[in-house]
Amino acid sequence: MMVSRPRVGVSKRIQYIKFAHISPEEIRKMSGVKVITADTYDDDGFPIEMGLMDPHLGVIEPGLRCRTCGARVEDCPGHFGHIDLAMPVIHVGFIKDIKRLLQSTCRSCGRILLTEKQMEEEEELRFMLGSLGGDTTDFDHLMKRTAKDASVRTICPHCDAEQLKITLDKPTTFREEGHKLTPKEVRERLERIPDEDLMPMGLNHKVSRPEWMILTALPVPPVTVRPSITLESGERSEDDLTHKLVDVLRINQRLRENRDAGAPQLIVEDLWELLQYHITTYFDNQTSGIPPARHRSGRPLKTLVQRLKGKEGRFRSNLSGKRVNFSARTVISPDPVLSINEVGIPVKASRELTIPIRVTEFNIDAVKEVTSRGIAPEGPHGEYLPGVNYLIRADGRRIKITDRNAELVSEGIEIGQVIERQLVDGDIVLFNRQPSLHRMSMMAHKVRVMPHKTFRFNLCVCPPYNADFDGDEMNVHVLQSPEAIAEGRILMLVQENILSPRFGGPVIGGIHDNITGAFKLTHNNPLLNKADTSMILSKANVYDWPEPVIVDGKEMWYGKDIFSIALPDGLNLIYKSSICQQCDKCKEMNCDIDAYVKVKDGQLLAGTIDEKSVGAFKGKILDKVSRDYGADAGRIFLETSSKMALAAIMITGFSTSIDDEDIPEEAKIQILEQLRQAIEKVGGYVEAYREGTLEAMPGRSLEETLEVEAMRILGKARDGAGQIAGRYLGLENSAVIMAKSGARGSMLNLSQMAGCIGQQAVRGERISRGYHHRTLPHFHKYDLGADAKGFVTSSYKVGLNPTEYFFHSMGGREGLVDTAVRTSRSGYMQRRLINALEDLKVVNDGTVRNTANTIIQFKFGEDGIDPSRSVQGEAVDIDDTLLKVFGDKRFSNIAKELKAAGGE
Amino acid sequence: MEFNVLEHEMVPEHHLLSEDEEKAVLKGYKIGKDQLPKIRKNDPCIKTLEHIIGDEIAEGRVIKVVRLNPIAGVSVAYRVVIRG
Repeated sequence: MMVSRPRVGVSKRIQYIKFAHISPEEIRKMSGVKVITADTYDDDGFPIEMGLMDPHLGVIEPGLRCRTCGARVEDCPGHFGHIDLAMPVIHVGFIKDIKRLLQSTCRSCGRILLTEKQMEEEEELRFMLGSLGGDTTDFDHLMKRTAKDASVRTICPHCDAEQLKITLDKPTTFREEGHKLTPKEVRERLERIPDEDLMPMGLNHKVSRPEWMILTALPVPPVTVRPSITLESGERSEDDLTHKLVDVLRINQRLRENRDAGAPQLIVEDLWELLQYHITTYFDNQTSGIPPARHRSGRPLKTLVQRLKGKEGRFRSNLSGKRVNFSARTVISPDPVLSINEVGIPVKASRELTIPIRVTEFNIDAVKEVTSRGIAPEGPHGEYLPGVNYLIRADGRRIKITDRNAELVSEGIEIGQVIERQLVDGDIVLFNRQPSLHRMSMMAHKVRVMPHKTFRFNLCVCPPYNADFDGDEMNVHVLQSPEAIAEGRILMLVQENILSPRFGGPVIGGIHDNITGAFKLTHNNPLLNKADTSMILSKANVYDWPEPVIVDGKEMWYGKDIFSIALPDGLNLIYKSSICQQCDKCKEMNCDIDAYVKVKDGQLLAGTIDEKSVGAFKGKILDKVSRDYGADAGRIFLETSSKMALAAIMITGFSTSIDDEDIPEEAKIQILEQLRQAIEKVGGYVEAYREGTLEAMPGRSLEETLEVEAMRILGKARDGAGQIAGRYLGLENSAVIMAKSGARGSMLNLSQMAGCIGQQAVRGERISRGYHHRTLPHFHKYDLGADAKGFVTSSYKVGLNPTEYFFHSMGGREGLVDTAVRTSRSGYMQRRLINALEDLKVVNDGTVRNTANTIIQFKFGEDGIDPSRSVQGEAVDIDDTLLKVFGDKRFSNIAKELKAAGGE
Repeated sequence: MEFNVLEHEMVPEHHLLSEDEEKAVLKGYKIGKDQLPKIRKNDPCIKTLEHIIGDEIAEGRVIKVVRLNPIAGVSVAYRVVIRG
């Protein structure tokens, strides 16, 4: 496969495509019919000759033959017609080029406004650019420069005629010092430009003449491009393009009649402009400066540009966009008892989605049995059984199975035929949530057919999909071929994607209650009685009980021992958990807050299990287990530990409310006092600034110094308030448990609820805009104090006063705008990146190649390391190896020595 | 030669391969020269290399580029000289 071969057997290859302007002669030459009547069909429903639906323009009704080429519907591609315009009209698409040409050529002799010397220089530059391998954009730049040079000249160097300034009145009117230029005059000027002057202005005179940018004939697209549809009522409804062409024809006709009858100049000009309007909107109905042409109903017409442009346009919607069969979409909801590999599919969807099964001598009896059951079979207790929707015979004919013909068809099934069987538990499907930003946005799941109408999956799989259940919808694609199913099962299954190639850690893992539960189960090693223990073990489907301890004559079990069941044998790990306070000197096993996690031989000896252990993105145990013990072990660990965590949280229940942020009166007083001091301090700085005694910081002005100081003091004040509040919020507090264990929320969130919200900022500065020299009319002018510049002393719980509320809204709005801008910008960046990289792949010899089979990288990533198999990006986990070799006693010292040695 | 770009610390090593070495490389990857990444003949590195060798490097010759980087270590790439 990888050996490059000469491309043989290609009978036709496109060498190049050339784009040029089309001439009126060309338009008339390729035209099948000259359209003159604005009508489409006569009273009997037959197309009118020389009308917009003339049979020369192609056939749309089956059975008829094309009048131009004689072919039938399938073979006739359709043919262009044309309209001869009574007066020339400017093509909006070329308006910029026309403007440039007019401005850089002489109004009387038509020569380019460059001296002979300039011309020579230009030509030299152009040839040099060509020999240096310049591309079209380079030539475009050169051309623009030439045009600029030419347009500044006021006297023609060739005929000495004085040049007048030409301006463009958007969208299509040219003026010469206020005097209007008609398209006819423009065309005459462009006609005067000699061939040899065109090259410097970016036109190849061999294929394009500038006057062709002014239309004298308008091509009429074939009827196949603008088919009319017959409504149920028998009424015909024409395509938007046809409507627009009708307008053009009508005005064209009136213009011609008026002109020939010698009507007043004014009337002719009005009609001429109207024709210009219709032709402009025929090309682009969103041209700025003119009102869009509308349908009778008021809907803007979809004309040529609108057909191609944008997300719903031909390119993005029809050419890059693809639609598929065997897929389903519905709302998602959580199901913690499903395996992470599973996805719950509603019965209704399972009956529609099918997998093709080829009938062989080995399965023919089973196939007949399944087929004979009809299309919606149920078991004796009303449970779901798969049926068959279609039988595909060897000749490719599809036979729809119904309850009536099921028996009959099943008897006739032969080897070699294919049946389309409904989904059953264990089938492999792809599950996807948009936006599909990374490869884990689309993973393979095993089907579980379930009642009700939502897709269900394990909560641990939320993070890679970035899904929640506030109404999110997801898609399912059923894999059809055995190859695809095998690939899905081996490469794309959820458990194979626990470790992310992005950072070499787990993307799948516990969230919210999973973490809180693990925390409750392990923190300070609680003792559990037999009832609780058995509940936990039964929920996790564990039947081997850990060793009990006898307390007061009763059997009790330690939480850490229970959790250890989930850990594989031989697992050794040492790390600090999320609740770790980063003490200067770590007490290790004697940690006061049980934050030093030590796992030895699959036993949790010390430490609290929290986000750092089982959480998505951070879980160390999860990381280690899936890397060292394989995807299966990783899945089993995650499933058992999360089920145990959920059982543990259910023993006591877990909830939080606003009074979790209650703090005692004394704390409130302390906070207020601290805030008061900080505000005063800021006041002092403001005072010093006023008096001129404030000393500027290096590299900063006085104003900047004041701002920096104020931000620093107020920032500290908020943290201080948080700390005071935090002192009264201990680990017995649900909200604190969630924040510290990493389940949800942060201590900052809590301190903003209990203590003080803090400084509001817009563009990283204290709020400074609004009224004249002040932020709100509630303050004095030039007030630079804390509260006048957006410092919010209140907490969310206490509530904000009106000025604080206003500042808070300003800060909040900035946040919203930021996210909106960021997502759209990064989305576009991602799109471009993906379009550039989509066809690269790693081939068997480790090189990265594109579809032309040329080498992009000689070794994937230059080091050949699969980041999802790496340890945080490193090929070898040296710390772990040391731990294995030397044991944990010497481990920390050796690591330090090694690091020091590496440093030298 | 005013400045030797190859001595700049951000410029990787460039070596001109002999025809035999070229063949070995192409055979190793089972590719033709058209599938190699390219380097222009007027690239400063090629010019410097020409200066060092004292002979012109013809289009179609293969250059070996050896990079050192802290993450990947030593990585080798090959480029074919094209019209520049």
